[in-house]
Amino acid sequence: MYANQIYNKRAPAALPPVSPSRRDLLKVSAAGALVLGVLPRAFAEEAPGGGKALGQTAGNQPNPTAFVRIGSDNTVTVIIKHLDKGQGVTTGLPTIVAEELDADWAQMRAEFSPANVQLYNNTLLGPIQGTGGSTSVANSWLQLRKAGAAARAMLVAAAVDAWKVPAEEISVEKGVMKHKSGKSGTFGEFAEAAARQPVPPEVKLKDPKDFKLIGTKIHRIDSNIKTDGSAIYSLDVRRPGAAVAVVMRPPRFGGKVKSVDAAAAKAVKGVVDVVTIPQGVAVLAESTWPAIKGREALKVDWDDSAAEMRSSADMAADYKRLASNPGAPAAKAGDVDAALKSSGKKLEADFFFPYLAHAPMEPLNCTIEMGADGGIDIYAGSQFQTVEQGTVAAILGTTPDKVRIHSTWAGGSFGRRATPNADYIAEAASILKATGGKRPIHLVWTREDDIKGGRYRPMFYHAIEAALDPSGGIAAWKHRIVGQSFARGTPFEEVMFKNGVDVMAVEGVADLPYSVPNRYAEWHDAPSPVTTLWWRSVGHTHTAHAVEVMIDELAHAAGQDPVAFRIPLLKDHPRHVAVLKLAAEKGGWGEKMPAAKGRGIAVHESFHTFVAMVADVTVDGGKVKVDRIVAAVDCGIAVNPDMI
Amino acid sequence: MISLTINGAQRDLDVDPQMPLLWALRDSLNMTGTKFGCGIAQCGACTVHIDGEPQRSCQTQVGDVAGRAITTIEGVQGKVAEAVRTAWRNLDVVQCGYCQSGQIMSAIGLLTQTPKPTDNNIHDAMDGNVCRCATYQRIRAAIHEASNNLG
Repeated sequence: MYANQIYNKRAPAALPPVSPSRRDLLKVSAAGALVLGVLPRAFAEEAPGGGKALGQTAGNQPNPTAFVRIGSDNTVTVIIKHLDKGQGVTTGLPTIVAEELDADWAQMRAEFSPANVQLYNNTLLGPIQGTGGSTSVANSWLQLRKAGAAARAMLVAAAVDAWKVPAEEISVEKGVMKHKSGKSGTFGEFAEAAARQPVPPEVKLKDPKDFKLIGTKIHRIDSNIKTDGSAIYSLDVRRPGAAVAVVMRPPRFGGKVKSVDAAAAKAVKGVVDVVTIPQGVAVLAESTWPAIKGREALKVDWDDSAAEMRSSADMAADYKRLASNPGAPAAKAGDVDAALKSSGKKLEADFFFPYLAHAPMEPLNCTIEMGADGGIDIYAGSQFQTVEQGTVAAILGTTPDKVRIHSTWAGGSFGRRATPNADYIAEAASILKATGGKRPIHLVWTREDDIKGGRYRPMFYHAIEAALDPSGGIAAWKHRIVGQSFARGTPFEEVMFKNGVDVMAVEGVADLPYSVPNRYAEWHDAPSPVTTLWWRSVGHTHTAHAVEVMIDELAHAAGQDPVAFRIPLLKDHPRHVAVLKLAAEKGGWGEKMPAAKGRGIAVHESFHTFVAMVADVTVDGGKVKVDRIVAAVDCGIAVNPDMI
Repeated sequence: MISLTINGAQRDLDVDPQMPLLWALRDSLNMTGTKFGCGIAQCGACTVHIDGEPQRSCQTQVGDVAGRAITTIEGVQGKVAEAVRTAWRNLDVVQCGYCQSGQIMSAIGLLTQTPKPTDNNIHDAMDGNVCRCATYQRIRAAIHEASNNLG
């Protein structure tokens, strides 16, 4: 069961936010539960570093954090600093705590944390509270193990005080402490006494061979509430007096409002206001349906002087032209041009990748309101809490610490909710500002808004030239990539650019795992008013495809089996080879396929996870149908293998 | 005033008769288990039962369903509903979960009509329910499991 963290008016009351100060953490909370304060000054210093996706680590600032609350009702609540948009962190992260705590899985609960970068920094992406880049488990791993171990030590210390026996003689199993004298007690019975114990400066972590929960199949914590309609997503948040807002945005990216005729919109029953904001024109109504009807009646003239007027075909032609100019070098080894001239068989291929919408099932939306204390309250499936606090504070003329974010379940994201400018939450803040904060605003995007609204995976063009080495390897690989940087001009530019190259545009190519002595890769930015963003797996969505198709073509040109061709070229990448071999073995690689059926293989690393797949396909009248995929995945420690 | 029968209870609403049932449920009655996904009957997230049949509430006007038996995810019950929910939980079908109210309502409709569905029956009945997390294989397995458990 999920902790009762509900912001819908059906709920009796929202739980108080977790208090940020250590002193408060150690006292009995208003709800009667005890908060075990864990001050992991040392933990933060030992947090895993070397984040790849967003570059820098958080550094070593001492961040007092609070992740575990043990209730006198014998529940153990883990405070989740990440957004759960389906990936299952509300199950995986409590599993890590439960393991070190020796808790019973049935007593575990999860609750979303408030927005507070001091407490809830992502140690791999930070300093920022945020979810992305496959970092949720990785950056929480030691932090939560130590929090769980510290909580266990404090419970045991409380039992030592009560029972007057040595700590070493107390065993803990499934949430129950026992002594050979026959004494026993639950976590709940000792919760209050444990909270008075000092936080241990050092804790001993389990030897992984003793893990009981990590690595096993544990049922999702959110299955019940997501099968009876009671899970509250941000679209389900109901705040007293809220107006629903829908926004008419420019029909062309980069367009601006020229003039507005709101008379017909305002005449729609239920519409209460029409306001112009930097992003477009917002129609406010008593509920969603009249807001949508009101927008249908709205008349806006647009200024397209700065808008993108090219078609996709025009843009594709421009990308091809751009590729013939010198680009920004992303990788260089040997002399690729000389090797392309002098080597054996040469292959060329180019690839177009279209814009892609993320289309999460839950259309984008959030609620924002002025709090009675002058603070701002946001109810959202917020993915970059720190960015959203800062952006909203700037729009509304306050400070980030006055912006409270109440996280809800999120109906998917695929990267869409993680934006450098707070995007739809900034829109809602602009509407709140334009309406003087009179009423809470529930901003709702319709599906059409979502599909037409941009922040797509950018369009990309790849042009590859490669030459075979007569001895069977690859002599040369020249790779030109054209596509828009979505980091440029944003707060992320500083960490996302390396030597003039947006690393997210070339990841998977700049770090090509195949051994090629003469290699060159370059990138060309293709600016456009079309708004773009990372899409699930970011650059790898296009680079993995281009590279693996090209490798396969080279294998065929060399007359070699695609698996046998890859293995020697991956000599410095044993984890690639291991998943490749495993997928080949489990996928029946080498078996003869019936007519019109084929079997292919590919391998790629993204975000420290290595995946190989064998795909069985049927070709029917030029159409390809995927019959079966066999995947081998090496993601390191699998906390819950059923949820990878 | 429009009088609706929802989960066995009469609810009187003063709304535009053309308002989709989806918005009447979600906004007028605060029954938010039924989800808005597309508004044009292309995703199935808003599926409810009307007289026992799965229907897209985003394309159902409230004025057309006065007096008919409307069942939502919050109120659906009985042997089939229990078997479906149990199978969904056993197999951990959900991920983001946003589409699952609609998936479950469609699955209950299917098993009520066709207690022993083939893969093709499942495909046909569930084709209109989109899952962006792509939980389709587990949905199919859960429907088979629920069917088996119903005997």
